[in-house]
Amino acid sequence: MNRYTILVYTENFIGILNRITIIFTRRGINIDALTASESRLDGIHKITIEVTVTDEQIIQLSKQIEKVVDVIKVYYFMDDEVVYQEIALYKIPIESLDPGLEKVIRQFNAHIIAAEKEFVVLEFTGHKEDTQALLEILKPFNLLEFSRSGRVAIAKPKFSITEYLNNQT
Amino acid sequence: MVRGADIVVRSLIAENAEFIFGYPGGAIMPVYDALYDYSDQIKHVLTRHEQGAIHAAQGYARVSGKVGVVLATSGPGATNLITGLADAQIDSTPLVCITGQVAAHLLGSDAFQETDVIGLSMPGTKWNIQVRRVEDIAPAIAKAFYIAKTGRPGPVLVDITKNAQVEFGEFNYEPCFGIRSFRPYVTINPTAIAAAAQLINDAKRPYVLYGQGVILANAEEELKRFLDKSGIPAASTLLGSGALSQDHPSYVGKLGMHGNYAPNLLTNQCDVLIAIGMRFDDRVTGDLKRYAKQAQVVHLELDPSEIDKNVKCAVPVLGDCKQSLPLLTDAVNSNTHHEWFQKFRELDKEEKAAVMSYDLESTHGGLHMGEVIQLINQFKDENAILVTDVGQHQMISWRYFHYKESRTQVTSGGLGTMGFALPAALGAQLHDFKRQVICVVGDGGIQMTIQEFGTIMQTKAPVKVVLLNNNYLGMVRQWQQLFFDKRYSFTELENPDFIKIAEAYKLRAVKVTERHELKEAVAQMILHEGPFFLEVVVEKEDNVFPMIATGCSVEEVRLS
Repeated sequence: MNRYTILVYTENFIGILNRITIIFTRRGINIDALTASESRLDGIHKITIEVTVTDEQIIQLSKQIEKVVDVIKVYYFMDDEVVYQEIALYKIPIESLDPGLEKVIRQFNAHIIAAEKEFVVLEFTGHKEDTQALLEILKPFNLLEFSRSGRVAIAKPKFSITEYLNNQT
Repeated sequence: MVRGADIVVRSLIAENAEFIFGYPGGAIMPVYDALYDYSDQIKHVLTRHEQGAIHAAQGYARVSGKVGVVLATSGPGATNLITGLADAQIDSTPLVCITGQVAAHLLGSDAFQETDVIGLSMPGTKWNIQVRRVEDIAPAIAKAFYIAKTGRPGPVLVDITKNAQVEFGEFNYEPCFGIRSFRPYVTINPTAIAAAAQLINDAKRPYVLYGQGVILANAEEELKRFLDKSGIPAASTLLGSGALSQDHPSYVGKLGMHGNYAPNLLTNQCDVLIAIGMRFDDRVTGDLKRYAKQAQVVHLELDPSEIDKNVKCAVPVLGDCKQSLPLLTDAVNSNTHHEWFQKFRELDKEEKAAVMSYDLESTHGGLHMGEVIQLINQFKDENAILVTDVGQHQMISWRYFHYKESRTQVTSGGLGTMGFALPAALGAQLHDFKRQVICVVGDGGIQMTIQEFGTIMQTKAPVKVVLLNNNYLGMVRQWQQLFFDKRYSFTELENPDFIKIAEAYKLRAVKVTERHELKEAVAQMILHEGPFFLEVVVEKEDNVFPMIATGCSVEEVRLS
């Protein structure tokens, strides 16, 4: 089993996300994380899926996703072939603010992005291992809430979805 | 300006749809109202259940090669299509299903007969769309037809809210010729052709397996030319039957769980396996770990996701086999494989002695299903269409029916849908009243859609319905006998008087219980002009052999 990042370029079509996720559901494969947003190109969406599967499964999955009519192109990459980041937010009660916490914030280069009367919110971006490490450290500080995004990723190998679309016509 | 409902009907006419198979209801009533004005341009067939409508459309699509059109209302009307959608999806049958939906402002409010048809039909369709505005109707239907029939065909569903059906808009129909995200065909790779030809030319025991992909690509002639030149033995999958005439010298039989003995067994003795338009279904391969491991596999296939899905291939030839087959034919040497063919013929003798003599040549005891099919072969036209349901009768009919022409086989292959045959036969018959359509069903399956006798009565479609009645859910009973210690758990049926039912629907009906009555009854049925119902009471506990039991290898195919 390997961790893969699947990049899916799709038309902006209602239900497209459902059509893609049922491919995983049907095969009993868990999606580790998923991010969807508009791409650089008007009307084209980019879905980033993180999944832990075998080499054979990733090939089948990407072919099945590409078979979906409104999917333009699918790429998949191993972790070392993509540059990726995840963002994590940590909500900490004011009472926990002490020099120990300051040290942690400095060490991780985390940011305080909100300060309310009763709590502050820390923001930290990195790989899951990094945001997880900070989470473990912050737990003793009476962490109130934690939220982490799926990965956003850019592939290292060169490819251009614009070129792909142009070649077709 | 015209109503959205008129746009629906006019779009179907613009796509040259000949028939609509459907059932009216609240949310689709505006379209039905519009249909009233176009009955001279498009024929609507009122079935007795929406499942009947979609199976009829499948039967029509399979024999005509055209897109089958289905019309149904929202809620239960739409959910009754689900089995047919799943069936058409797995058997690659082109359909456009149009369902009515509650008005857009009621979506998500649990309105009367509202259901999430898009969500429900998503896994069972190639594509689906909900249309909520009148101006989107024609483009959606144009796209639906294009997607249904292009590339690997499949079912498509267009869900149209009631407000869109009653609003007014312009009708300018523009057919769809391409979608940027959808690449249905690929260019054939000449390197792959060369590599495939090399393997084939070096092979001592090459073996061709062909499937429905050949028929869907209209590549029957191309397959024949390839076999004529290469001299390679060729076996058919269930849905591939008819792609090559069984009289062709290369034809060696049928593959799969209940196929022929030699074609299954020798799969594990060939050195190059050439799969054409087939998908290595588990019913064909048996245990994959012991399937053709000695062979190098060449796979001619349109759908990239089928390559290496079940069987790893040495050379994938991706693309339309109508294009790739002629290229391959040019690249292979003229050859003959007499010794290799001889192996098939020797094993054929074993099958004949162990299975066929019992199935076809018994002179006493109860009637066997095979005898009925044998007699049908005697009287049928060359291009007669055989429609079957699912179970023992399906496998026996397929085994013994003599396929000579393409598009003469209609059955539920991938999904195995009981109740498929009667409505599918109706749809196949409506395509051409002059063509013989013989519908073989079991006593279990016929009762799943028996209401479609009503549609046969109303359309006067001259379908010949042959009921092979063993008073059992025979295939399940066979498995219970072989694998569950003869514990016949809920497989015996107390059946109604089928003759009375058929007669109530004004069908000519004959029942045969004795061997000496059979020949005349079959002849009478074939010669009869209108619809005909023939019930044949067959041996209660006959089994279908050969058989590859679940989990077994193709070489473990058993004769008893």
